[in-house]
Order: sequence, then structure tokens, then C-alpha cells
Amino acid sequence: MDALATETIKTTCPYCGVGCGIEAQVNAQTRQVRIQGDPEHPANFGRLCSKGSALADTLELKDRLLQPRIQGRDSSWDEALGFVAGGFLGMIAKYGPESVAIYGSGQLLTEDYYVANKLMKGFIGSANIDTNSRLCMSSSVAGHKRAFGADTVPGCYDDYEQAELFVLVGSNAAWCHPVSFQRIRAAREANPAVKVVVIDPRRTATCDIADLHLPLASGSDALLFNGLLHYLHEQDAISHRYIDAHTEGFAAALRAAAAGIDQVAAGCRLDPDDVRRFYSWFAGHEKVMSLYSQGVNQSSSGTDKVNAIINCHLATGRIGRPGMGPFSLTGQPNAMGGREVGGLSHQLAAHMDFSSAADIERVARFWGSPNIARKPGYSAVELFDAIDEGKVKAVWIMATNPVVSLPDADKVKRALQRCPLVVVSDCMARTDTAAFAHVLLPAQGWSEKDGTVTNSERRISRQRALLDPAGEARPDWWIITQVARRMGFGQAFPYQSAVEIFREHAALSGYENDCEHGRRDFDISALADLQPAAYEQLQPIQWPVNQAHAQGRARLFGDGRFFTDSGKARFIAVTPRAPVNPPDQDYPLILNTGRLRDQWHTMTRTAIAARLNQHRPEPFVEVHPDDARRYGLENKSLARLESRWGAMIARVQVSDGQQSGSVFVPMHWTGQYASQGRMGVLINPALDPVSKQPESKHTPVRIRAWQPRWQGFMLSRAEQAIDGPEYWVKIKGKQFYRYELAGDTTPGEDWPAWLRQHLGDAGTAAKWQEFQDTGAGSYRMAQAVDNRLETVFFVSTDNGLPERSWLTGLFNKPQLAPEEITALLTGMPPLGTPDTGAVVCSCFNVGEKTLRSAIREKGLKTHQEVGRCLKAGTNCGSCIPEIKALLL
Amino acid sequence: MNSKKQRLVVIGNGMAGMKTVEELLSAAPDQYEITVFGAEPYGNYNRILLSSVLCGEKTIEEIVINDRQWYADNGIRLHAGPDKAVVRIERGLNRVYAKDGTCAEYDRLLIATGSRPIIADIPGNDLEGVISFRDIVDVNTMLDYSRSRQRAVVLGGGLLGLEAASGLARRGMDVTVIHNCDVLLNRQMDRQAGEMLRMELERRGIGFRMAAKTECLLGDDNGHVRAVLFADGGELPCDLFVMAIGVKPNMTLAREAGLYCERGIVVNDTLQTYDPSVYAVGECIQHRGATFGLVAPLFEQAKVCANHLSAHGMAGYVTLPTSTKLKVTGINLFSVGDFTGDDDSCDSIRFTNPELGIYKKLVIDDNRIIGAVLYGDTVDALWYQELLEQQENIAGIRDGLIFGKAYLDGNRPILKEAC
Repeated sequence: MDALATETIKTTCPYCGVGCGIEAQVNAQTRQVRIQGDPEHPANFGRLCSKGSALADTLELKDRLLQPRIQGRDSSWDEALGFVAGGFLGMIAKYGPESVAIYGSGQLLTEDYYVANKLMKGFIGSANIDTNSRLCMSSSVAGHKRAFGADTVPGCYDDYEQAELFVLVGSNAAWCHPVSFQRIRAAREANPAVKVVVIDPRRTATCDIADLHLPLASGSDALLFNGLLHYLHEQDAISHRYIDAHTEGFAAALRAAAAGIDQVAAGCRLDPDDVRRFYSWFAGHEKVMSLYSQGVNQSSSGTDKVNAIINCHLATGRIGRPGMGPFSLTGQPNAMGGREVGGLSHQLAAHMDFSSAADIERVARFWGSPNIARKPGYSAVELFDAIDEGKVKAVWIMATNPVVSLPDADKVKRALQRCPLVVVSDCMARTDTAAFAHVLLPAQGWSEKDGTVTNSERRISRQRALLDPAGEARPDWWIITQVARRMGFGQAFPYQSAVEIFREHAALSGYENDCEHGRRDFDISALADLQPAAYEQLQPIQWPVNQAHAQGRARLFGDGRFFTDSGKARFIAVTPRAPVNPPDQDYPLILNTGRLRDQWHTMTRTAIAARLNQHRPEPFVEVHPDDARRYGLENKSLARLESRWGAMIARVQVSDGQQSGSVFVPMHWTGQYASQGRMGVLINPALDPVSKQPESKHTPVRIRAWQPRWQGFMLSRAEQAIDGPEYWVKIKGKQFYRYELAGDTTPGEDWPAWLRQHLGDAGTAAKWQEFQDTGAGSYRMAQAVDNRLETVFFVSTDNGLPERSWLTGLFNKPQLAPEEITALLTGMPPLGTPDTGAVVCSCFNVGEKTLRSAIREKGLKTHQEVGRCLKAGTNCGSCIPEIKALLL
Repeated sequence: MNSKKQRLVVIGNGMAGMKTVEELLSAAPDQYEITVFGAEPYGNYNRILLSSVLCGEKTIEEIVINDRQWYADNGIRLHAGPDKAVVRIERGLNRVYAKDGTCAEYDRLLIATGSRPIIADIPGNDLEGVISFRDIVDVNTMLDYSRSRQRAVVLGGGLLGLEAASGLARRGMDVTVIHNCDVLLNRQMDRQAGEMLRMELERRGIGFRMAAKTECLLGDDNGHVRAVLFADGGELPCDLFVMAIGVKPNMTLAREAGLYCERGIVVNDTLQTYDPSVYAVGECIQHRGATFGLVAPLFEQAKVCANHLSAHGMAGYVTLPTSTKLKVTGINLFSVGDFTGDDDSCDSIRFTNPELGIYKKLVIDDNRIIGAVLYGDTVDALWYQELLEQQENIAGIRDGLIFGKAYLDGNRPILKEAC
């Protein structure tokens, strides 16, 4: 890259809630971007995970939505905006404001979110705006609200370096919040006294740093923490002074929590000694951080679990001071920003909600809204039920993919099919949800959009534009503003720029936020007069940012003052409840779901970065060896998973990290990348009664081997539209696309005919090498044009297929050597060529076989030595658990 | 010379007969007093290398196996030349007579009279410039034509025809091959290999009239061939017409001597004819219904026959699947066994690389190779033939089999791994 033509721009990563700062070197002319961690950003101090490091690879324009589309045809913005405004107005006129809805996303910037929320609640007059944060954070929100009187995260990342004991509950931080995990790992390595407890039914990569792993029974977290509260009381490890001065409800909570260690161990199916050890560690360490995530939140008792954890911190007074406290690791880059603007359907705005008439009047006054909503709207799952039932007739989906991510996802499909008006704003042209849109609006993507996001530690950071918008793409706030104006709300939507919106948002946060009207936690009023230049230069800052804390505030509640009416924190009496749908004879296994290290949500962006597709290329299901035996499942074979709601096909991964009786599937695959890989179709739509968060980590399922008559794969330099095989998975690689295929019937007349049909003109550009064994049912072909590999296809009826790594690597070569061409259909490198094996370290592209041979030949003993030798694991570090496994 | 020696007379100085003599000399050097009659005026030469002489890669001297000195050194009486062609066998007297009256008595007689080219039964087949491709005379005739004439036509797209065509083309003639089938080498190759071969030969300038029926040959005023007339009315100018449409066993002499013949001189597994003192080997015989045209079985017959002539009496001749190679420089092809694999009960393993001009097919029945066709890459030909002859079970190496022995020896079976 020409150094003179580049500009360095600081921005924020668009993936998880850690909210890492990024320094991007940008060449505006060539659209080339180089990404590195921002050494000054307090979330990451220069570190990035594999996903963040690969952001530059996701910026291509291919598959972007570049033009508004109405009913499948390109349109002008004016026409599309008019269509949306007219459609919404028509429904409202006919069926009332409750007949329309917005479904947003933790990917929206705060400014976008604010305008959407204002339009819906303040001017359309319905609270039917909810977001995908409902699927991820709402139990934390509800738990905070119950305990603190506000949705406040008390602590900060700085606590990582000060804590003595980390309790990670329902969190695979190693994969889901890798940079935070690296900080915890570093803290533990720096201070051997630091202990880490991981509470998770699965033995995840996070257990790599665990001094104690408690593989509790799925959904039994509340019992475990109730038992802890009981233990702390019994051991007199509680702070009577703190409880008396700053809390209420302790006695009731303690009564509800009366469970001894043996009872807990039985209920959670844990070793009593392990439970005791955890409890005694908790009792014995003042500086305890309880970090929790989806394993806690995505539960029909998620809110109770959150409060059971908070109860223990309140009982010991371990909150609001350095190195301690309950800490919710948020899933999305701006889930927190969404909560701040009030983007969930039960919230109003700026941490005010519908439970207070005064709040409603205040916000109406501030917005000048004639018909502000007065009661909560539909939450995510309820919203799509309402669409399915015809109660909601127009929905505007922004920056999210509910056809993939919601429980009972095929019902979502059906609902959208029935919905008279579906508007989708997205940066990508082809998503499972966009397929149902009547109107598609091209939104700016990361690298183009400009605004603010808030991370897990309440830190507001700027996300800045690096590049000019692609095609006709516009900021979400602009799109919403334009629709609002066309709906007749122009006066309240005068925005010309993001900063104007931010200022209004900041002003609302401070509006009547005082002793007289009641104090609210979310207050960034000190930023309400931010000038454009200052907004442009805004440094990462933790709210509150007000008169008292002009530079922000790292921790809250250190003073023992909370946002309840009494100013005291509330204990919540928690009665542990089992998940809504227990496993039974027909569906004997518990399905758990979660994220992978190198993918993000529904893969619309991460699957574009070839290097992120190497770690786990196919949808899989993790199965305990006993269950694999019981159900006749071979490692790496295909299996069909069924629940009462739907079915999927995944590749079996036998793992003793899984509990017997439970299986795990990753949440990411969509209809764009796999024919039958959407896990959402299986998930039970059971909700937490308080937070309305779905129970995505516990669905009864059954599993059986699926033995297709044939299996195969295609590697192709050009993207192919695969149809025919029952099972296909699409994986983008470096200079190639990989398709894993399987089926019971040969599509088309025969394989060569099917290939000719798929490859089209490219298929005839050069002659094919072919291999066929009619007895073994194998067929293979390879095509090179001018010695450059174009296509490889292998199919077999006896599963005799080679590892893909050597063949896929050949697509990077401009010219194949003759011996490589000759070896193509063997699927194996010519003699004397090293085979690197499956990629372990995505950052430096180091394969398993390379690692194994270096470990063996050089006698490497530690992951640090491996790192010095091969660089593997020295960037994002998220592959260190796998490297350590190879060292055993 | 030891008077106790038995007398062996050999009719035919070709490859089969002389190979038998060589084997006999090594098994029982002193057992026989040997007399050899040959109709060609040379020692013994390698007939299958005549193609190499035609195309200029070898001289006649280079294809001689045994010169006259060799016969002298081994105490063999050689009667060679057109006058020495044997014309009669008197089995009652144990005598043979040559054209010039030369007579020899035998205790054992070995008939190795070989085969004769088949002459197409078409009008004009007796014109000047119409020849076959069998011996040194034919090669010299073709070489003469190549120096003075331009247009050659070869009738027959089999091994010999293609070798003749290729040689004549190398000698600068414009060559067209007429073949009655639409696939070249259809007795030795399957359609795909035949097609690849045709394209390669076309690239080398040889023309083809496939599936063509020749009506007659047209002559000029001097009685010399000038054109080929096809059944469809088309005409093809022609200065030299080479017939290479096969051979038939040369059994006239044997039949006239009253030996039992069918399509060839019928022999048993010890290569003995119906007369216990008369043996026969080579292209003139019929063994268990089969006649022969390739060299490998002839050599095997020679071994067995010598074994019995030397009274070891241990061996029995078994016809093994024969393999084929084409002696045209730069064209590697090979076939063995039942290579068509038309039977539905057989599997085939195929590999093609058109860019490199490689085609391989193995026909498999119950995990055993029963036939193979290799075109372009014949490195593993003998290995496949061994596997076929030994009826090896190839189940364990099936996946990599077609990629060859070197690949399998690299110990890299395809992993049963999905991702």
C-alpha cells in the first residue's frame, strides 16, 4: 500500500461486546484497508481477535446490497422511501399503530437506534420495536433492573487486572469475547494466585485457563448460586454491614436459597467437593468477578439466574469496587447502545420505561410527541407470533436476520411469508431474511457508517467511516429519518448528521435527570453540546458523563447508592426452575447452542473472509462418546437432529467435552451457506417470563445418523449456485469456494452431466481430468486452465474422500507444477510435498500437521515455544487451547 | 558329431521357431542335431521390429537376432532362401523336402511356419503397388515408394496398419488409413483410447477414413494402383496400397502332410500335433481354439515346446491374457485381458487427463483386475499385468490403484476423513 495515499482512522470493531478499538490504514482510492488493534483503546490495548483481524477481508462489494429494491426491481431512494412510508401509514390508518413494527439489532449504531426508537414510540405511537438484543441480553437487563433499579453494569475491564477470582458462568469467553479472555489469561499468568472457575455444561476452550470447571446440569445455575448464597451465610462470609446499609430483601432471598452443598451437587449433577471448593474460593476472595453471558441469559429463568449471581455479590458487598462485581459480557457491539436509547419494546428511552407515567410524560415532552406509546410492545418472539397471527401487518427489519436467529425459525419464515409488508434494511443483498422482503433498503456497512457504540463496560466509542459508501448505501439513521419525514413527522426528524442525533440523545439522557425528578443512571448530558469537530474526535469514554463525572466513570455503586426508589439494591428471592421443556423419551437429548471462534452471528460478513472459514468449515454437532455409541454416530459422519419444532443436518464431532445427554451445535449457519444447517428451526420458543428472552440453550432433541448414499465436495474458483444435492455447505476460501455435498440420489443424469450444467461455460473452457470407479461409486474431476486450477470435484459412496487442505491450497498458486496437476485426482500432494493439515491458527494460517511436526521435531513444550517457532497463537491467541491440546 | 544324437528339423526360421531352438540349446545342448529351413535369405531377425526399420529408427542389421555365424557356432545346419522353402513333409519317412530338392530326415519335426497376411478380397488387389507388411521385402518396397511416390493408403487400423502408416508418414508420404470400424485398434483398445490415438495420429499428419468400406482398387494404364474407390462412391488417390488387415496361420504344408488342422495346426498343451513326433509353435498353430498374432505367447510356447523336446516333459502351455503395445514413437498404449468391461457385473476404474493425453482403465471383477487399457501413461502396465495374472485381490489398494505403483508405494492411501 502506498504510504502517502493512506490515512489512519480509529474506529471500533463491529463484532462482540468487548468493543475493541481499531486503527485502520485506509487508501480511499483503492478501497484497501489494513487493520490493527488500537494500542490506546482501553478495551483491547492493541489486541484483536481472529474475527476483528480479518475485517479488511470483509469489505468487498460483491454480494452487497447497492440499490433500493421494491418487489425485486431496482428503484430510486425516493420511490423506496415513499413506498415504505406509504405502506406503514396505510396500515396504521387501517389497523392502528399496533399493526406495524420495527425489528432492530445490536449492530445498529446508537444514532440509528435512537431515531428508530423515537419514530416508533414517539410518533407512530406504538412500542412495537424490539431487537435481536432480546435474544442475547434481555435477561441481564431485567436482572440489573430488578437488583439495581437500573440497567447498569457496575464494573469495568480494568477490574480484570485486579481481580483475584474469576467466575465465568455460561460464558465461552475464549471464543466469544476473545480479547477479554486474553486479558484474563494474562492476568492469571502474571499472578499465580489468581484463580479461574468456569461454570458451563460443556468443557469449552475457556476451560483452558480454568483452575476449576463445574460442568453443571444444563439450566441449574440458579441452584448453584442459591447454594452459594446459603453457604456464604452459613460460613458468615457475608457483609452484614453492607446488607444492612445498602440492600433490601436479603432475608427472603436467603430463605429461597436454602440449599446445602449436597443438595446443590445433586441438583446440578456436580461433585460435592467441586462445589465446596468453588464456594470456599468465592468466600475466601474479596476481589471476585462473576462474568456471565448467554449460558445465563438464554434461559427461561435467565433473569433469576442473573439475580442469583448478583445476590452473592450484594451479600458480600463485592460490587462497585476495583476487581470485583457481577459483569455481563454483552454479545453485540452495540447491545448496550440499544439499551441506552430504549430499543427494547418494554423500554421507553434513555433508561426510562413504561412503568412510570412521569417518564412517559417526560419523554413525550422532550420529543414533542403527540401520541407517545404508553405500554410495552411485542418482544422479539411475540412480535413474529403477532405477524404470523396477522396482528402485525408491516414490519421493518434492520441489520438482523431473524429467519436464522430466532427460535422456531421456520415459523418466522412462515410469518414473513404471510406479512403484507416486509421492509429489510441491510448491507448484504442475499440473506435468509432479505429473501422475504418486499422492499430492500441498502444500509451502509461497517467501514462506511459513522456514529457511536457502547461496549460491555459502558464505554462509548466512535465507529468511524473508513470508505465511501458502497453504491447507493445510506446510514440507517438517514433512512429512518427520510421515512419519518414522508410519514409527516418532519419537524421531529430534522437530522442532517449523526452528531445532531447524538446530541439529542445525550440531552434526553440528562433531561430532568436530577434529585427533583429522580436520578437515572444513564446520563451523558456533558456531551449534549458536542460540536461536530469534538464528536469527530470523541475519545472512548465510560458513562455516566455528566457534570459530576465529566471524564466518565469507571465503576458505579461503590458508594452503595442504587437507582431504586429506596436507593438500596434489591436481593431477589430466586426459586430455581427447570427449563420449560425437559427431555423425554421421544426427544431424549438437550440441545445447546453457541458461537464459534471465527464466525459472527449469521455469517453475512465473517463468511466472506476466507481465513475465518477454516477453523470450523461445516455445521457440526458435538456429541459425547457415549451418546455417539448409543445412537450409532461415527465421528465426522452426518447426523440428523430433530426437535418438535424442526430439523437440521450436521457433521458429528465426538467430544468428551460434551456431557452425555447433551449435544451442541453452532448458531451461525444460514440458508446462504448450508442447505440444512439452520439451528434456529430446532429451538423451542420458550421464554423467560420476565425478560422474554428465549431459552436457546435448552431444547429437547433426538439425533440419528444420516447415511447419504454419496458424499463429496466441489472446489471451484468461481462461485456456484448448487442445487440438487440434499445436503450442501458453502465455504468461501482463499481464491476458491468449497462445497461439501451429500445426498441419496445422484442429481441429474450422471455426475459429468450435473457438473457441466453447474459449471456452464467455464466447464467447457478446458478439458477435465476424470477419475471414476463404478464399483466404489466414486467420481472425481479436476479442471485447470493454463495450469491454473479452476475446479475440483470428488464424490464417493464409501466416504473415501481426501482431506481438503492440499487441494484448496492449490487455488492460491498462479501456476500448478506438472506433478501437482498429475496428483490432483489422488487428492494428495505429490510425494515430497508437505501437507499442512487443517488450519488451527487462522491469524498466521498454521495447520495442525505443521504444528504436530514442529512440536515433535523441535521438542516444543509450551504454547509460548510454539508461538516463538511458528508464530501460531501469538496474535489473537484464541487457538492457544487447541495448540495446548496438541502439546499433550 | 555324435551319431547318438536325435535329429530335429525345424521348418521356419522366424521368431517362434528360433526361440524354441534357443530354449532347447540351453536346456539340452547336446540332445539334437538341428536342421533349420527358412524361406527368407537371412539368419533370424526380429520381425516385430520391422516397423522400426520402416520408420528409420533401426537398420535391418540392428534387428537381426541370430546371424549365420550363430547357426554355425551352435552346430545348426541352416537352409535359408526362397529355394530352401520346404514344400513337402513325408511323415511316413520322417523326411522334409525343400523347393530345390534339399531333403532332411528327422526324429522330431518342429513346424513354425508362421502366418500369412490376409489379402483383401477386392477387385484390384493384384495391381502393382499393392502389398502387405510382413517381411523385409515389404519394408524395402515401402522404402522405395517413399522415395519416389507421395500418396500411401493403409488398409487396416490395427497395430500393424498403424505402424506402417506411421512409418510411411515419417518417411514423408501422405498417408491415409482406411479402417472398417469407427474405432482404431478396436481389438486392443476401447473407444476412448482409440479416439485419443486417432487424434494423436491426426496431429502427426495421418488421415483416416473410419468405418469406410473399400469397393475396389483402380489401376492406371501400367497396371499400377492409382486410387481407392469406396462403397459410397468416393475416390482416394493412391500410389502405394498397404494391406494390414490381419494374418492367418500358414498351415498349408501341415495340412498337405495330413496333420489335423482347423483354423491352425491343432496342438495340445505340450505343443504336440496329432503326430507325436511333430510339434508346432507360433502363429501357425491353434491351441485350445485360439490362434496367435503377438509375440509374448509365442515365446511362452517356445519354452514349453523346448521343455518337451528336451524330454523334461514338465511344462504345459497355458494361454495367458495377452497384452498389446504399439510401436510408434511417442505413443504409449497398452491393453491386456478383458479391457472392454462391457459386462454389467464388472466394475471399471477410469482415469483421464486429456491435457496430458492420458487415459487409463482397469476392469475389475470381484476386486480383481481382469483387464486394462492404458493410453499415454503405460508406466504401470507390467504391474497391472502382474496383478491380473496373479489374480491379486486389490480391495485394499483400490482407491489409489489407478494412480500407479509409485503412488501407492509412497504409502499414501486416501484418508477416510471428511473435513
